[in-house]
Amino acid sequence: MAVKERVIGGHPGLYAEFLRKGGIAPTATHYCAGCGHGILHKLIGEAIVDLGIQDRCVFLSPVGCAVFAYYYLDCGNIQAAHGRASAVATGVSRAEDNAIVISYQGDGDLASIGLNETVQAANRGEKMTVFFINNIVYGMTGGQMAPTTLIGEVTATTPSGRDPAEQGYPIHMCELLDTLDAPIFIERFSLSDIDHIRKARRAVHKAMEIQRDKKGYAFVEVLSPCPTILRMDAKTVEEFINQPMEKEFPVKRFRDRSAESKPIIRPDSNFSKESLDNIFGCTTSECIEIIDDHNFKAKGVKIAGFGGQGVLSMVLALAQAAFGSGRYVSYYPDYGPEQRGGTSNCSVIISGEAIGSPVVDQPDVLVAFNKPSLEKFGPSIKKGGIIIYDSQAGHYKAPEGVIVISIPAAKIATDMGVQQAANTAMFGALMETGNLGLSREAYSNAFKVTFAKKPQLIPLNLAILDAGAEAARKSLVN
Amino acid sequence: MATQLVAGNMAVIIGALYAGCDCFFGYPITPASEILHEASRYFPKLSRKFVQAESEEAAINMAYGAASAGHRVLAASSGPGMSLKQEGITYLAGSEIPCVIVDIQRAGPGLGNIGPEQSDYNQACKGGGHGSYKNIVLAPNSVQEMCDFAMEAFKLAFKYRNPAIILADGVLGHMVEPLRFPQKAVVPEIDISWAVNGNAATKGNVLTSIFLNFDELERHNLKLQEKYLKIGDNETAFEEYKVDDADVVLVAYGISSRIAKTAVDIARSRGIKTGLYRPITIYPFPDKRLSELAGRGCRFISVEMSNGQMRDDIRLATGCAIVELVCRYGGNLMQIDQIMQKIRELT
Ligand SMILES: Cc1ncc(C[n+]2csc(CCOP(=O)(O)OP(=O)(O)O)c2C)c(N)n1
Repeated sequence: MAVKERVIGGHPGLYAEFLRKGGIAPTATHYCAGCGHGILHKLIGEAIVDLGIQDRCVFLSPVGCAVFAYYYLDCGNIQAAHGRASAVATGVSRAEDNAIVISYQGDGDLASIGLNETVQAANRGEKMTVFFINNIVYGMTGGQMAPTTLIGEVTATTPSGRDPAEQGYPIHMCELLDTLDAPIFIERFSLSDIDHIRKARRAVHKAMEIQRDKKGYAFVEVLSPCPTILRMDAKTVEEFINQPMEKEFPVKRFRDRSAESKPIIRPDSNFSKESLDNIFGCTTSECIEIIDDHNFKAKGVKIAGFGGQGVLSMVLALAQAAFGSGRYVSYYPDYGPEQRGGTSNCSVIISGEAIGSPVVDQPDVLVAFNKPSLEKFGPSIKKGGIIIYDSQAGHYKAPEGVIVISIPAAKIATDMGVQQAANTAMFGALMETGNLGLSREAYSNAFKVTFAKKPQLIPLNLAILDAGAEAARKSLVN
Repeated sequence: MATQLVAGNMAVIIGALYAGCDCFFGYPITPASEILHEASRYFPKLSRKFVQAESEEAAINMAYGAASAGHRVLAASSGPGMSLKQEGITYLAGSEIPCVIVDIQRAGPGLGNIGPEQSDYNQACKGGGHGSYKNIVLAPNSVQEMCDFAMEAFKLAFKYRNPAIILADGVLGHMVEPLRFPQKAVVPEIDISWAVNGNAATKGNVLTSIFLNFDELERHNLKLQEKYLKIGDNETAFEEYKVDDADVVLVAYGISSRIAKTAVDIARSRGIKTGLYRPITIYPFPDKRLSELAGRGCRFISVEMSNGQMRDDIRLATGCAIVELVCRYGGNLMQIDQIMQKIRELT
């Protein structure tokens, strides 16, 4: 009798012989007599054949007693890590819009270790059907308490029965997921007896139909017998599911929004080079050639200021000017404990040879927008180096042998009508006195890139650039 | 323009997209987040698939799913997130599913900080999760290589059906340099011999890493080891700078190799014959040439932002008990002076 119950080979949607299982009984499953997994496999197999979707099915075997579901289900099969089947299913479903994705998980897998993945996949409304086999225990690992274990139930880890004060209460997955907006279908059914199995067949069919129609997320909880771990005979386990289990976990349809919901259809990925080039603005194959120039001595520039003073846009403009001139260039926004505290600083290196370290410890030029930056980086400047700062920062006594230039950058910008363009004035000062070996044309061309989205701002910024240069020239003379 | 100034984290996305990658699953973490941001921006423009996952574990398992379907999948993270991904990575390795994972290393252990470090070396190169498996690990040292190695990583991952990791760090992720865009865009084909992508052609396939029978799992493991040997024979890559006549050889990968290169130039300018040996694949570790150099009597300094993790591999490769170490961690970059001092001590 027992052995006969286990035999499910030759059933629609299942392999005729379970060759992956091996062994001497190629049409018998590895499940215990009376186990619900085999029954549910059959119902799923039937449904996918009935609906004509068998070839498109990808079935996820969980970690748990059903880890070898792929011995049986005659479709594409993937085995997932413990609790992660809903995440793996998400990946398959997103990658293959036509795949019919089935995640099949136990109560430990789905409601304990994989609870997050379960809820989040449901909440995103992933296109998949999730079968949740609630047998109130961890079957495979020897009957430990599951999140669904009933109050008072003795398990391997609740030897005196599940005590709510210590272990909390059984978790109700359908009810929990029913609080979410995205799921299309939620139902709990039971496999306790013939009558229930008949109803279960309809629910499985419905849940798979929703996948055929690409409607979205379906969740089916299955109250399932585990006579071995519960140490019950067939009759007792049937009564156990029909009475205390059903009392805790009411068997019903929680939701069916399939009629009113639209299919989810995701277009195929676009691999064309033309589209790629377009989105990155590589519409010409024109390249800037970087020229090896061993006579050009590498320059390290440090630009520092408060966030919002335009440090990064100035850095980008400088890098662009150097790059546009065929120099090697790299810049690196430095980290530091103060990173979120408002000041930002950035290293730029311009070179005639491939650049080694991208970080400037001893700058040739320091551009400081504020006093703290002056004080922090001023002392590190190279002998013979240059410091350019906004005169707003007040007087600064430079280290020996360092040239200091101060310009009223913020004032220049404000006077010329663009308060935020102090960085452009500083850029002009850098152009005039920074000694970086870049032409005015290189600096002005940089604006074509940095103001690509607002080209109308270029003329005024060019004027501010020159005003900054002029001010720096004066400062140098003084 | 086919050359542009681009940040390292962006370059990875560019490389992946030109490599035919069409699925990205991620979770925010500094200093890798820009990869996630750029993916969210560019993948949908090409109808490629982007999901912000609920965790790094979920992200790597989504990657496992999409990669199981034969797609080219990218995941990216840093320190704490990489630790969470190890479960997924060992499953990828065990089931022989190709996938590319980018680690923009940050300082550890624990929450550490968001500064750069190279202390995920062992995690990436020695396995990282449970079981005897290996990842292919590429170590870029420029923005250009962040892009190029992303493309290369997909090639290798699919050639060997194995996870490939791009091991970079916070500096490489955030620094900006000129990038020459890829000349070709890969139009990927699903390999129906193993993928499970929901059609009649792949219906008979199964991807799994469980082998209950001990002998069977032993055979599976031996097969994996053979594969790793083959990867070692075929794919090791390194770069040398002035090692030919060098008495002292700095060994450094990634951002440290850039700093070490500057140190080599300074040492040379002071008449010290110094060179740089830069592993490009750090698994497989390019050991043969190092062993040759050791035979010639070179002294080695491992320059790394970790506690001698790579030095162990240099010791193995060279058979030298004494391999010097110049290291810094906690988020600080190596100082050139530190390296210079060690070079002076050796000469
Ligand atoms: C990360 C991880 N932790 C623990 C296990 C051990 N484990 C295997 S099956 C299982 C329980 C499965 O129980 P359940 O999901 O209820 O399924 P059932 O066996 O009852 O069908 C556990 C804990 C594992 N494989 N992986």
